[in-house]
Amino acid sequence: MNKQSSIYTIVYIIVLAGVVGAVLAMTSMGLRERQQANIDADKMRQILSAIRVVPDKGMIATDFNKFVVSQLVVNEKGDSIGNDAFGIDMASESKVAASERRLPVYVCDVDGGRKYVVPVYGAGLWGPIWGYVSLDADGSTIYGAYFAHEGETPGLGAEIEKPVFSDQFRGKVLLKNGKFLPVNVLKKGVKPKAGEDYVDAVSGGTITSKGVASMLDDGLVPYKAYLQSLTGK
Amino acid sequence: MAEKINNRTVFFNPFAKDNPVVVQVLGICSVLAVTAKLEPAMVMGLSVTVVLAFSNVIISFIRKTIPVNIRIIVQLVVVAGLVVIVNETLKAFAYDVSKQLSVFIGLIITNCILMGRLEAFAMANKPWPSFLDGVGNGIGYTIVLAITGFVRELLGSGTLWGFQVVPTSWYEAGYVNNGLMILPPMALIVVACIIWVQRHFNPDMQEK
Repeated sequence: MNKQSSIYTIVYIIVLAGVVGAVLAMTSMGLRERQQANIDADKMRQILSAIRVVPDKGMIATDFNKFVVSQLVVNEKGDSIGNDAFGIDMASESKVAASERRLPVYVCDVDGGRKYVVPVYGAGLWGPIWGYVSLDADGSTIYGAYFAHEGETPGLGAEIEKPVFSDQFRGKVLLKNGKFLPVNVLKKGVKPKAGEDYVDAVSGGTITSKGVASMLDDGLVPYKAYLQSLTGK
Repeated sequence: MAEKINNRTVFFNPFAKDNPVVVQVLGICSVLAVTAKLEPAMVMGLSVTVVLAFSNVIISFIRKTIPVNIRIIVQLVVVAGLVVIVNETLKAFAYDVSKQLSVFIGLIITNCILMGRLEAFAMANKPWPSFLDGVGNGIGYTIVLAITGFVRELLGSGTLWGFQVVPTSWYEAGYVNNGLMILPPMALIVVACIIWVQRHFNPDMQEK
């Protein structure tokens, strides 16, 4: 058989692609469940770190079930429209107009009080950034925050995932004199125009810091009605 | 093949005398990227070793059937398939490490060591020597990664494999971690130091 003929070459590559493709499909199917479990556990860990809980290894799901007492999904008007908060993919949800968005809320009991954790999702310099913000029972005071990123510059924008940055958010308030104003992220020495609470930006990470600010703006404002209903209680 | 292949030298040469990183200077990109900590460096080394060994064996088995025109494509398909399998396995069994290594596992496909070994060795040799060659080169790569990761994590973070080794009393006495060590350029300098030390003790490697 002529191994250099075009027919042989074409048949060869098709067979090879078919074999490799079949092997990959089998691997993917065999491992999917375990991978999904890891992804879920990682999401739970992120939510827990927003309420300042650091679970031990292998205790993530146990702690999550212990601290998160209920989940709910609300709409922009603050009405409850479901309870599968965990299943909502924020990446696709953040593309929808605020009035159409399904907004997940995790209700947690921690440290002797009720906390509400809400997810936020936005864009940094190189890729997506996301986070979870926990609020006290008044729906206004921030109890804790967690931020993560996909590929921000190490040492610069990537600093948003460090506690040094996220711990600044503790105690900041969203409701000021009856107005709902998400926390801003500003360069040192700059004062916010609207009088909202603010934290210091990451030095050398201007675009990422602005990304966090607009992510909080975009992600928290739709919760306005729901959070204000908590304040009234 | 005119020259006789000696399994022993095929396996042991890449450790030091013919090391893929410090002698052939291949695969430098991933050495810079993943050696800030020891653990991801070792996982990366292991992944490369596995991919290299199996792709060498597979290519060696089918070497006589591969049409010459598309041999690079065939090699790439095999390597890419193995890399995806390794990546999926890490995601399932070592999620944290796979998050740290992120894109670099995928980039094993473009690692020059792989294409170099496939083209230079597996295409011309039997499966068993090819397997030894793959494992040997993988270990040679891992050794450099381990030394670099060890130095960078110890001096840059004061930890080894995530455990604190620099005592807290040192920090109280004014010791500060060298932040430069965390940044990629320091990997290049550490690798250069390894090359320097190796050539110093092996005068026959020095270029005139």
